[in-house]
Amino acid sequence: MAGTAQPSEKSDGLVFHPMDQFIVEPLFGSGPIYWYTVTNVTLWMGLSVVALVLLMLVGTSKRALVPGRAQSVGELAYGFVHKMVEDVAGRDAVPYFPYIMTLFMFIVLSNFLGLLPMSFTTTSHIAVTAVMAIGVFLAVTVIGFVKNGVGFFSLFWISSAPLALRPALTLIEIISYFVRPVSHSIRLAGNMMAGHAVIKVFAAFAGVALISPLSVVAITAMYALETLVSFIQAYVFAILTCVYLKDALHPHH
Amino acid sequence: MAASTDQVVSKCIDGYGSAIGMPQLCGDWMANQVFWLVVTLVVIFIILSRIALPRIAEVLADRQSTITSYLATSEELKSKAEEAERSYVQALNDARSEASRLLDASKAEMKKELQSAISKADAEISVKVSESEASIAEIRKNALSSIEKVAKDTAKEIVSALGAKADAKTISTAVSSKMKG
Repeated sequence: MAGTAQPSEKSDGLVFHPMDQFIVEPLFGSGPIYWYTVTNVTLWMGLSVVALVLLMLVGTSKRALVPGRAQSVGELAYGFVHKMVEDVAGRDAVPYFPYIMTLFMFIVLSNFLGLLPMSFTTTSHIAVTAVMAIGVFLAVTVIGFVKNGVGFFSLFWISSAPLALRPALTLIEIISYFVRPVSHSIRLAGNMMAGHAVIKVFAAFAGVALISPLSVVAITAMYALETLVSFIQAYVFAILTCVYLKDALHPHH
Repeated sequence: MAASTDQVVSKCIDGYGSAIGMPQLCGDWMANQVFWLVVTLVVIFIILSRIALPRIAEVLADRQSTITSYLATSEELKSKAEEAERSYVQALNDARSEASRLLDASKAEMKKELQSAISKADAEISVKVSESEASIAEIRKNALSSIEKVAKDTAKEIVSALGAKADAKTISTAVSSKMKG
């Protein structure tokens, strides 16, 4: 996999390539990567689908009244996201719950799968997170105009502020509205990329006998932190989607 | 991966198979990522919205209704148990008062029987006493007359032994008056 750093025969010093784990490569053979090529992206996204099927379909297939472990986790995920949508975006946002659940489950499963050694972290790529963020941005904007018509513009016209300040605030609001997909996507990809790269740097230091114990401790600590970050970033992505959805459904401040 | 030493596979990977710059910014790969992401998201969405989410919602609703019905049943059973306890206490109180009533009744009856037995015994005793008194009086009378006779005889014998002569009438009168006095 891409995660294995290629030890360079040419140089003798401490060589590490923390970014090599993010390389996209074809699964079969080597050649140019077209949009349809089956790559490690395909493999790890497919594995996230497999994990989803195991958790949400196989785990719940017994429909037990008293749930087992897998069913408990599936129900926990359902209840967690459903409550988040209801609390943050309101009751009328519940029809959009499956979409937000899709995003949350994909991100959280990809993040956790990316923590496996030698794995490829699909959510560490800005192309992946940007597509999701732009999708949320477009969907929320369309929903805002469909539900409220021209009234959606009241999101930018803050009626509670003094009249003199309103034009300036409107400018700020419009800029922040269009910056949303950027921050939304870079936050997730940046977090995932940075954590994995840091682990990789520490791992390279493990080759030096003198500092290897420290390196192992540091990797362990970073891994624990990354486990936390993997969940929190999926949660943040989902909750921000809910916040944007709330703005679209209720643009009045 | 099989990057030979001097050949650049793409503009993002150098001859040693390492990334040039940030792989995240490599435009050659983005179309591939976007395509597979869309496929994945559509598959996940279909799985979730068609099967998983309705199933979990159904399971949760079933559980909620089961819990509700169990709670109702337990409430009903509880009220039944309270009812049973109340009737039990009622029966206990009834039995207690019945028992004390019976006790009082039998006590009174026994008292009455005792009373009648006592009075009957008293009557019998008094009859016996009067009979005894009569017989004692009889015996006493008999004894007195016997004593008088013996005294008269003795007195006559003594008088005759002394050589005096006395008629029986005088002696008996004298004895009778002496005995009375």
